[in-house]
Amino acid sequence: MTTTEIAAPRSPRTRGNGTNWEKWGWLYMRVSGVVLVVLIFGHLFVNLWQGTGVSAINFAFVAGKWADPFWQWWDVIMLWLALIHGGNGMRTIVNDYARGRTTRGILKIAILAAVAILIILGTLVVFTFDPCIGNPSSDALIQLCAAH
Amino acid sequence: MWLSTEASTIMGGLFVSVQTAGTPPKASKKKPRPAGTLYRGHEGMWSWVFHRITGVAIFFFLLVHVLDTALVRVSPEAYDAVIGTYQTPIMGIGEVGLVAAIVFHAFNGLRIILVDFWSKGTRYQKLMFWIVIALWVLTMLAFVPRHLTNVFSH
Repeated sequence: MTTTEIAAPRSPRTRGNGTNWEKWGWLYMRVSGVVLVVLIFGHLFVNLWQGTGVSAINFAFVAGKWADPFWQWWDVIMLWLALIHGGNGMRTIVNDYARGRTTRGILKIAILAAVAILIILGTLVVFTFDPCIGNPSSDALIQLCAAH
Repeated sequence: MWLSTEASTIMGGLFVSVQTAGTPPKASKKKPRPAGTLYRGHEGMWSWVFHRITGVAIFFFLLVHVLDTALVRVSPEAYDAVIGTYQTPIMGIGEVGLVAAIVFHAFNGLRIILVDFWSKGTRYQKLMFWIVIALWVLTMLAFVPRHLTNVFSH
């Protein structure tokens, strides 16, 4: 006869001595959240509010911003914090709603892959950006690229 | 316990029913709530529901947004073509929805942090939900007319 061990109600959960990743994930959501409020509100202010908002965005607009390391770092930090924050949130939702072990595993690997690929892609795009590829589309770009 | 989560706070409301311990339900003019809980159907639940929905929406936009921005590495024409679609009236209205989601998620996220870390956070969680809604309305009242003017007049 086999007996199934069921812990008594309210018995303390036993946990290994390793890192409590869920605690750090919980803390990360709050710390990154506060920073993201500042970074994303600043991003929206500059790109959607100032001047003529979304209608002013084009290649030259991006070139103008990323000519300044300040905005390069702003965007890269926002990219990392937001994708990890969003990926961890999606992981929580998968844990809550996906029933099967395999389904959960596949969904979480998909989330991890999307986050990792976009972080690498986005970081490379910001730091290897070349304002002089193709045909310069504005006077400011023609001036900038003539100097190269 | 310094580590409390909003979930544990509000789940307390779910499991600790107002009608526990055999007290007879008070006669109330209000419509009966399902199961008479503190949580279900109230501010805490809607805060959680909207936080999830807006979070998922923002995540999927973020995936697309990193990809469309990556086109600056392909060619100015490719980037301008895609960003041009963001400037159409339909996408302009979509951006109103996006900003609405981001602003709610941001303000409600700060509310969650206060619930978790501020000693009086749980006491004022309902009030803070309505403050979040009020700030959200104010932000949208400022943003929407300006944004739609930009979208429809340029």
